[in-house]
Amino acid sequence: MIEILVYPDERLKQVARPVERFDKDLRTFVVELEETMRAGPSCVGLAATQVGNPQRIAIVDVSIKPKIKSHGRILLINPEITARDGVVVGREGCMSVPDYTGNVIRAERISLTTCDLNGERKLYQLEGFEARAVQHEIDHLDGMLFLDRLVSRRDDLFRRKTYK
Amino acid sequence: MNNWFMLTVVGKDRPGIVAHVTAALFDGGCNLGEASMMRLGGNFTIMLMVQYKGNAKSLLGIIAAVTSSLDLHAHVDKIEGELHRHMVPDVRITVFGADRAGIVAKVTGVLAEAGLNILNLESDVGGAKKQPIYIMHIEGCATEGIESLQSALDIVIKEGIEASITPVETLIG
Repeated sequence: MIEILVYPDERLKQVARPVERFDKDLRTFVVELEETMRAGPSCVGLAATQVGNPQRIAIVDVSIKPKIKSHGRILLINPEITARDGVVVGREGCMSVPDYTGNVIRAERISLTTCDLNGERKLYQLEGFEARAVQHEIDHLDGMLFLDRLVSRRDDLFRRKTYK
Repeated sequence: MNNWFMLTVVGKDRPGIVAHVTAALFDGGCNLGEASMMRLGGNFTIMLMVQYKGNAKSLLGIIAAVTSSLDLHAHVDKIEGELHRHMVPDVRITVFGADRAGIVAKVTGVLAEAGLNILNLESDVGGAKKQPIYIMHIEGCATEGIESLQSALDIVIKEGIEASITPVETLIG
């Protein structure tokens, strides 16, 4: 179990660097990151940034939610979103931002490429809640929190044009 | 210090009210908690959690100059300030239809019986002047499940009110 950083910790604003060595240290860290993620009640993702490791690593697993399409555990190492389609508003919270949830606009469908533990690229087509989780975690790797993307309830329909 | 008050301020809307009221509170040694400001039918309305060492009367005194110059009505209640205990809604309900008396009572009545705990409610009157429409958004917790709420809504839908319910799945990542 690794301690999870809580905003306003400055390290959450850091942009993470790409993983270069696919070695034993990486495998050990991924195991610890996953243990920490699974210990959080209803937590569906965790980024290395959130535990003070500034490398582009995260894990997503939305399979604990019933009735939601899922690829099971998705390991994100040097992940890249190569295509986005559609926009949708959904509610998000974060292990690094206790006692607050808010509405955030995300792409509805994404194409994702990510490395496995051996550095091999894999391609995923994701949608809905699972796509949202991946976008939330990649934001962490770019030093962004869902707080940076909040929309108010009343603005939901009008902010779409400014989505970046 | 747990001296929390709920300050309610109402008046004709104009730019700068929030800035003036909160500046006076800050100068008077107050700390602000959660707040909700809405413009309702052209009126300024705000409810504001204020932490303050004095009593309700002296709190009103702190903003007296501002409220009198901007022609605002202020009201203060002593409250329990429960911060860091947000409840997370699991359903969103949208209701709309031709404006008519009793929509809110009807809809919230059947929903309450079906186990809805309302956390947020906003409503507007829109449409044309001669044919006003009523739009309401509710966020809340379905304490007896979403199916129970859907059955309750089906009753009002039969009576010609447009209503829909969507589960809110909050992502924690």
